[in-house]
Amino acid sequence: MDPLDIARWQFGITTVYHFFFVPLTIGLSALVAGLQTAWVRTGRTDYLRATKFWGKLFLINFAMGIVTGIVQEFQFGMNWSAYSRFVGDVFGAPLAIEGLLAFFVESTFLGLWIFGWDRLPKRIHLACIWLVAFGTLLSAYFILAANSWMQHPVGYHLSGATGRAELTDFWAVLTNSTMLVAFPHTITAAFVTAGLFIVGVSAWHLARRKHVEVFRSSLKMALVVTLVSAVGVAITGDVQGKVMTAQQPMKMAAAEALYSTEQPASFSILTVGTLDGGREVYSVKVPRLLSFLATGSFKGRVQGINDVQAAEQAKYGPGDYRPVIPLAYWNFRIMVGVGFLTALIALLGLWLLRRGRLPSNRWVWRVGVLALALPFVGNSAGWIFTEMGRQPWSVYGVMKTASSVSPTVGATSMLISVIALTTLYGVLMVIEAGLMVRYVKAGPPSETEVLAPPGGDGADSEQSLTFAY
Amino acid sequence: MATTTVWFIIIAFLWTGYFFLEGFDFGVGVLLPVLGRDDTERRVLINTIGPVWDGNEVWFIVAGAATFAAFPEWYATLFSGFYLPLLAILLALIVRGVAFEYRGKRDDARWRRRWDRAIFWGSVVPAFLWGVAFANLVRGVPLDAAHEYAGTLGDLLSPFALLGGLTTLTLFVLHGAVFVALKTTGDVRRRANRAARVMVTAAIAVGGLFLLLTQLLYGKPVTWLTVAAAVTGLAVAAVAGARGREGWAFAGTGTAIAFAVATLFLALFPHVMPSTLDAANGLTTSNAASSPYTLKIMTIVALTFTPMVMLYQGWTYWVFRRRIGTHHIPRPVA
Repeated sequence: MDPLDIARWQFGITTVYHFFFVPLTIGLSALVAGLQTAWVRTGRTDYLRATKFWGKLFLINFAMGIVTGIVQEFQFGMNWSAYSRFVGDVFGAPLAIEGLLAFFVESTFLGLWIFGWDRLPKRIHLACIWLVAFGTLLSAYFILAANSWMQHPVGYHLSGATGRAELTDFWAVLTNSTMLVAFPHTITAAFVTAGLFIVGVSAWHLARRKHVEVFRSSLKMALVVTLVSAVGVAITGDVQGKVMTAQQPMKMAAAEALYSTEQPASFSILTVGTLDGGREVYSVKVPRLLSFLATGSFKGRVQGINDVQAAEQAKYGPGDYRPVIPLAYWNFRIMVGVGFLTALIALLGLWLLRRGRLPSNRWVWRVGVLALALPFVGNSAGWIFTEMGRQPWSVYGVMKTASSVSPTVGATSMLISVIALTTLYGVLMVIEAGLMVRYVKAGPPSETEVLAPPGGDGADSEQSLTFAY
Repeated sequence: MATTTVWFIIIAFLWTGYFFLEGFDFGVGVLLPVLGRDDTERRVLINTIGPVWDGNEVWFIVAGAATFAAFPEWYATLFSGFYLPLLAILLALIVRGVAFEYRGKRDDARWRRRWDRAIFWGSVVPAFLWGVAFANLVRGVPLDAAHEYAGTLGDLLSPFALLGGLTTLTLFVLHGAVFVALKTTGDVRRRANRAARVMVTAAIAVGGLFLLLTQLLYGKPVTWLTVAAAVTGLAVAAVAGARGREGWAFAGTGTAIAFAVATLFLALFPHVMPSTLDAANGLTTSNAASSPYTLKIMTIVALTFTPMVMLYQGWTYWVFRRRIGTHHIPRPVA
């Protein structure tokens, strides 16, 4: 196999895998912080039990997010050294600042939160989890600034002397229009993820009428969060679509498998066919919708793949500038479909729970549990679409993926790496899922468990620790 | 001072912080099967570093990312050139990080034994390989005219590099033993002190030889001072350890690690990656660096936020300053 293909597989596998954990971390940290705040303000034990229960699931997930994140940083140097050399001047800065500003905050204050229950005053302990939540947002900001620069490079020039991209305006990188829409889109999606995670787990217990006092309020909170965030995902996604059409016309054309330019353009909900511009076997279309999604006007002109291909050839020289169309087409549909489905489920859930009702129909709860998987599918599809839709570029219009790969790393080394990491990820996924299920089934700690020791604070205290590994 | 030199110092500082901090938590991981005779004792050991190991590890992540931003050529050559050792380090760190969090999540002896093994290997492998990597940096590696690594895996495993690996391993294990002695009570503390007495001899022998060789082969006049300071740190650790002054012993091992790292970086400067093929192919602080504008921004960010990080991380150590013993360990979860 070609090192380029292996490096691309590795990037895809490790990134999607890492992103199973990241959105849940972002959303859950804030929701756990919210529950703990509710406990500190009201003193109601149910909130403390909920904090501890969701907090434990959060930690199981966080551990995986962290360790898989390490690989993300270092594979740029390992597999993509030509890329690192060419863009390090611009791309390295947000990564380094993420580490220094955000990652230190997250991991240090998480340690304080985990072990500090009996060591810190209540409010300072609460501040720790809020700092963790804030740190995750800051992380997302800088990482998305780095990624957005690859989608839409700004604030740099190509240096004739060094032959590489050099930063000229850091502020432009931090306020990249692509990032300003990608950030809210990703964060609201993260809250949908955490929201439906809580919905799914709560539904499982409520279907059995277990721990109702804890899970009813968790479920309500999660449904509201999911609904509000899903609306946010839709709005930001719509804005992002227009920015994307302007900046990467090929990606929008690929998302729709639109081969020739249309005005107005219709949106295909589903097409059965070859997606290669040939014959269409069966298709459901909404007239003028694509025009609106892409341009904001129902009469807008949307460029087709063939026209963009011709334009890019004229601009960048001969070559194939089309991504894998079926991949873009289907991932786009999965992403958008999941988005609408989650909003619908949240809305339905809130209606069913109105005025303190608890539905008895088993299917209601089954749907609630199954909904848990949806955002993970949607998030993965969204990233695959974003990253694959940019191909053949690693930095849009500036550097191709094919010339980004490490020139001196052999296929064998890369193969060892991808096999070792994928195997390890597979094993860890099974372990993590097993632990999650175990702790979900165990349910929240009882009232006596969470209130057990008042906690000693003397240096010579002989009392056991409230929490220990 | 040139900003490129400032960045060389910042990166040296980040690595020093990393080895000082994660050095002892690697040591605790290696000593887990030696000092912890039963599950409760092993939990005492793990909990000495429980609240802090994650924050310690971030020093490595930031050192790596800072290298990417400040010296992209160095970052690209180093991580693509040292591919397989780096992969081994990453795999070890993944397994280790998960192990701390997951070990106690089931009350099952076999489950725990497996994660204990993961912690041990997850600590041994990076503790050894970091020394190999840094010895290779000082010694130089085959770099071609395009600054690409032109060697094989075998080129990275010279006797000098392996001695470097043994040096970091013994230093970190010693550092960890002294840390455990400082942080625990009872049998674990007694055993840790005994282990520290054995390890300090090993560290003086192995580390002393490595630093002396480094000095003779690659040293500068100024590195005589840092080598002397590192050895003095070990001597302080030996004397303080024998008298039961655990705090002083920890200061001694910490000093030894800090000056050993300083020796390597001073020996390296102004190179960041010398070439053994042709001296002109080597990477230096100037030909590996980012543009002055990037360095300026990064300098402002680093000089503002690194002290803040040190303050709140220092506070963490203060919050968890209490010694722990087997009687502090709560019942395992079901």
